[in-house]
Amino acid sequence: MQAKKRGREDVLGVGAIVVITGILALVGIGNAIDTPFQIQMWTLLTACVLGVAGLVWHTARDQQGDQTKYENGIVKAGVFASMFWGVAGLLVGVIIALQLAFPNLFYFPDFGWLNFGRLRPLHTSAVIFAFGGNVLIATSFYVVQRTCRARLAGGMWPWFVFWGYQLFIALAGTGYLLGITEGREYAEPPWYTDLWLTVVWVAYLLVFLGTIWKRQEKHIYVANWFYLAFIVTIAMLHIVNNLALPVSFAGSFSYSAFSGVQDALTQWWYGHNAVGFFLTAGFLAIMYYFVPKRAERPVYSYRLSIIHFWALIFLYIWAGPHHLHYTALPQWAQTLGMTFSIMLWMPSWGGMINGLMTLSGAWDKLRTDPVLRMLVVSVAFYGMSTFEGPVMSIRAVNSLSHYTDWTIGHVHSGALGWVGFVSFGALYCLVPWLWKRERLHSMALVDWHFWLATIGIVLYITSMWVAGIMQGLMWRAYNDFGFLEYSFVETVEAMHPYYIIRAAGGALYLVGALIMAYNLWRTARGDAPARERATDVPAAGVAVAAE
Amino acid sequence: MWSFHRWFERHSLILIVGILLVVSIGGLVQITPLFFIESTIERVDGVRPYTPLELAGRQIYIREGCYVCHSQMIRPLRDEVERYGHYSLAAESMYDHPFQWGSKRTGPDLARVGGRYSDEWHRAHLADPRSVVPESVMPPYAFLQRPLNTAHIGEHLAANRTLRVPYTDEQMANASTDVAAQAEPNGEHAYDFQQRYPTAAVRDFDGDPAHVTEMDALIAYLQMLGTGVNFNTYQAEAAGNDR
Amino acid sequence: MSYLQAAHFAQTWGVVLLAVGFAIATIYALWPANKEKFERAAQAPLIDGDDDDGQ
Repeated sequence: MQAKKRGREDVLGVGAIVVITGILALVGIGNAIDTPFQIQMWTLLTACVLGVAGLVWHTARDQQGDQTKYENGIVKAGVFASMFWGVAGLLVGVIIALQLAFPNLFYFPDFGWLNFGRLRPLHTSAVIFAFGGNVLIATSFYVVQRTCRARLAGGMWPWFVFWGYQLFIALAGTGYLLGITEGREYAEPPWYTDLWLTVVWVAYLLVFLGTIWKRQEKHIYVANWFYLAFIVTIAMLHIVNNLALPVSFAGSFSYSAFSGVQDALTQWWYGHNAVGFFLTAGFLAIMYYFVPKRAERPVYSYRLSIIHFWALIFLYIWAGPHHLHYTALPQWAQTLGMTFSIMLWMPSWGGMINGLMTLSGAWDKLRTDPVLRMLVVSVAFYGMSTFEGPVMSIRAVNSLSHYTDWTIGHVHSGALGWVGFVSFGALYCLVPWLWKRERLHSMALVDWHFWLATIGIVLYITSMWVAGIMQGLMWRAYNDFGFLEYSFVETVEAMHPYYIIRAAGGALYLVGALIMAYNLWRTARGDAPARERATDVPAAGVAVAAE
Repeated sequence: MWSFHRWFERHSLILIVGILLVVSIGGLVQITPLFFIESTIERVDGVRPYTPLELAGRQIYIREGCYVCHSQMIRPLRDEVERYGHYSLAAESMYDHPFQWGSKRTGPDLARVGGRYSDEWHRAHLADPRSVVPESVMPPYAFLQRPLNTAHIGEHLAANRTLRVPYTDEQMANASTDVAAQAEPNGEHAYDFQQRYPTAAVRDFDGDPAHVTEMDALIAYLQMLGTGVNFNTYQAEAAGNDR
Repeated sequence: MSYLQAAHFAQTWGVVLLAVGFAIATIYALWPANKEKFERAAQAPLIDGDDDDGQ
């Protein structure tokens, strides 16, 4: 009875936010000073109407779910969303890679909104925030319930977080195509979308914290520490970095509150820590839960994981200025950024060792379980890119690598190898667990995915290494007469073969993800496992059987 | 039971406070000092706020995502200085909300592209980059040859002034005529415009005297980039220029 | 406060705070009395079970 009453309160709370937002959207439509803003407000209004309809439908059915059980529905929804945005984001990535490889074929003068400049933020936001964000939200909701042995707090609020986040993505993504951007990398969504995300993010924090407060375990498992650091720090970064003054409250354009040097440092403080706390801390939480779970071994050293945690968040936050070497940023700030970036190598490798050594005594599983192999290779890529990163933050190296495709290659070894693989591994684990399947539909397809994606990554990062270092060297090459040897466009021309290889690598990675989507869909549908080689182990059920 | 529970809750709050403490130090140490920096950004003659037309052009530059392929930050390295010109000064982007330093040079740096090419070259290049530079991978921007929306330019200047960009009252009051005047050298407001922005170029940037287009605005912006400071007279070693 | 004072304060006391904080974290992790707690915590992912029993 009490649970039912509480249910109404959370529905009312969510409903109030949705209705207020809908009214604001209506006001926005009426007063819009630019067409793109009006289109965005229509999108927002439509979402709010759908939201109200969803709430009414939910209340009418009076579906509370069994309050003594874990909330799995939201995690299932998160798995769907992750897979959808993952494929979409990778597809846009392949398209823009093809645009640089074959500009005559992939640019359309009549469709200016499909130009590289608008699609590139769409790609980065789709893979980082849409795919990565959904994986983090879904896994955090799964992990926090299991490790706290408590049902997700907040009733309807987790669903608000989920749909609110999808709305943020939809508004930001369609906005880029309409030409709405704040013009700062990885923080491109406009002011009203930023405000909406702030509301959603506060709800996310409260749902996560509320679940921790309900916990049956005394100690908070370390994965939840990483999730908490991710949620709290992203909130701080997002709010500070997006301080801006809208030209009009009925228009899409706003001016950053900061300018020049201050704006650059604030932005890269944000940008680098988006890597540190979104793409690292959050996914380390996944590592600290899914690797032990899948390997059926406790974390190699729990003490190391605590030191890893504090050292990582201590050091990461300082490293941003290494994006601004040799710029007009004061020298001491550059040096500080470089020093901390190099120090960061230690906790990163501490974490990697902790993840890898968790397998001690279970190494044979790498041979038989492609999902575990994916998780472990992701940790290896984590080690590789967190070694490469500090090297590139050294001023002398950075003078060569900065502005070139080496940076793009570095980012993708982290994104495709670490973030992508650890996410894929977690999703492969989750689907049989959530849908109560014996195992995945096909282990052979997981193998295919693994190898296609791995070859894709290798093609991608090696071509970008060569392209980046080559272009950096060409820019600074002098001929015998003491003149610059190459014009800029000659260095662009030299990139052509590597841009083709990169596009091929990206395409392989995309094909792998499509195979995965198919495999997960068949698994969720409950299709009988295809015939497996004798060496393949059942994916799910193992952990239960082990108890 | 309840007090027991509350202790747990406090425990997770302690964790949050710890995280917040730890992650704010870096920002406080690195960023806050820069907000006292006004005394140490070089005082440089020639850096001025953007004219309304240039500001509109800058908005198009941002809208089309030019910054994802072009930097506007020349590093003090020999080859960069020889290729692009004098290294960028902090003061040169002091009115840039947001900064557009960029992080990738798929195309060349644009910090000092102003005056390097003719308006005609920019026009042809923007409309169809490969007609001018066959190896280029830049997208085509022929669609910019459409009327510029100038309806709210005054509000744009006002927002900038709120953020301490020093537009004068006169500049504010005439923003909506100034935006067109800069592209109409024979128009009735050209003289007044030149009085308000003595160092700005007044000409028909897009070769279409009948209309003020987005192309006009973007080229006006590109042609002024990096042209403010006179490096024949600028003294890098002068007192107050140390950073 | 001038820029140089602010920068100096940040560069000295910021580093001190960092060192102290890190020392506290390390001591917490290595404190002998915490050993048992951590060993139990390390088992958390393995004992949570795959069933849906929340409470």
